[in-house]
Amino acid sequence: MKTAVIVFPGSNCDRDMAVALREATGQAPAMIWHKDSRLPEGLDLIAVPGGFSFGDYLRCGAIAAQSPIMREVVAFAEKGGHVLGVCNGFQVLIETGLLPGVLMRNATLKFVCRDVQLRVDEAQSAFTRGYAAGQEIVLPVAHHDGCYVADDATLKQLEDDQRIAFRYRDAVNGSMNDIAGILSTNRRVLGMMPHPERAVDAKVLGTDGLPMFRTLADSMVTA
Amino acid sequence: MKARVFVTLKSGVLDPQGAAIGTALGGMGFDGVESVRQGKVFEIEMGDADEATARDQLDAMCRRLLANTVIEDYSIELG
Repeated sequence: MKTAVIVFPGSNCDRDMAVALREATGQAPAMIWHKDSRLPEGLDLIAVPGGFSFGDYLRCGAIAAQSPIMREVVAFAEKGGHVLGVCNGFQVLIETGLLPGVLMRNATLKFVCRDVQLRVDEAQSAFTRGYAAGQEIVLPVAHHDGCYVADDATLKQLEDDQRIAFRYRDAVNGSMNDIAGILSTNRRVLGMMPHPERAVDAKVLGTDGLPMFRTLADSMVTA
Repeated sequence: MKARVFVTLKSGVLDPQGAAIGTALGGMGFDGVESVRQGKVFEIEMGDADEATARDQLDAMCRRLLANTVIEDYSIELG
């Protein structure tokens, strides 16, 4: 499986993402600078990592979403490629329009940095097939702007299409319907605030993120 | 030409920052404050484009970058 990680000025989870992808696939991902305008050939998965791209200026992810490489990432997703956005990466994907809704300042106005309990709501995707639907897992969160907001029609669509991949078990940031992660209509783009790439090593923060990377690697080898 | 662009949250969108500012104002003794909504102002120097062109450009800037129209409204002032 061939993977890439997009790197913006201010990204800070790009190396953790690279470690998780290398562990799962046996191959180091290509690290792609945001000013590049071409992606490597034959990619199976692009990860947009967490961090504070462009200092969170204007709105989180808004300026990164206009980077030259993001046009290519959007085109890749529109052709059916798999894209994973975590934390700031989720915010960037929302700002490109690949995922609906918006991520606003946490309702508590506080930066939240701790392990949270999540429920895997939807196991039918290349990202979540390694979990059982309804399974509870623990992943770390670290964000200030993770309150998921969408209009009623969008929320209903997400619920009806079973595109809510993860929900917080307890209130974390004020997200509507406790949404922690959502899938695109073709289920090949996942955006989520919690960090699966920080939970892939039993010695550090547990291994509840590992099934995501393992099943991604498995599904793309056989595909 | 100088432009001012105002970006504000749509009515009905939760604004915890505005609410916190309102609470602080109340705590400072400003009793008359019923509610606060916060937003952004951009001052943009537009060179010497004519007004219609400038307005079109500013509108596109708002839609594509300055505002997130899922939750925000914008207005443009030229002068």
